[in-house]
Amino acid sequence: MASNEVRYLNPPAVEVNKKKYCRFKKIGIKYIDYKDATFLTKFVNEQGKVLPRRLTGTSLKFQRKVSTAVKRARHLALMPYVTDLLK
Amino acid sequence: MPKHYETVIIMNPVLSQEQVTETVDKFRRILTENGTEIVHENNWGLRKLAYPIQKKNTGFYYLTEFKGDGSVVAKLELEYKRDERIMRFLTVALDKHAVAYNEKKRKNAAQKKQEESAN
Repeated sequence: MASNEVRYLNPPAVEVNKKKYCRFKKIGIKYIDYKDATFLTKFVNEQGKVLPRRLTGTSLKFQRKVSTAVKRARHLALMPYVTDLLK
Repeated sequence: MPKHYETVIIMNPVLSQEQVTETVDKFRRILTENGTEIVHENNWGLRKLAYPIQKKNTGFYYLTEFKGDGSVVAKLELEYKRDERIMRFLTVALDKHAVAYNEKKRKNAAQKKQEESAN
């Protein structure tokens, strides 16, 4: 039974984990405007879904503000609920 | 200290221009009659919707920011529901950061306008 430990010729480049930071705290943004659709599309993926915190690195407090802002923008048809190739 | 509120309405695109202004005046009257102070009004005009509402792809957007008692919002939204020219509406309470944000934005817009008119 070959040992299941797989040896690579050269070790796969493990992406060094760059320190994620909350862009709102760093820049000092206090309020996320739900009317500003272009700004909100930065926090939404191609299908129009809100990006998770582990990818964007935003703090919990601002992630909630972003998600409420996106939901309000969707309600006002400033942003689609579901789409493809939003970018 | 009266709270700040912000309401956005989307009106049916088939309306003519004076029908749009008429509906806007109707709701402005409702606001002023109930003792609220209108801080700012902004007409975004005809805009494309991200998805069709009531089989329509465009709509007249109108934004009103006002200061007043909370009970006004219920009356206002009741009128919105009754009026069939309004396709969709959203009323939001503004906290102090939001109010500061709106103030700053208006100041920049005014400043930019001055610069444009200057040169």
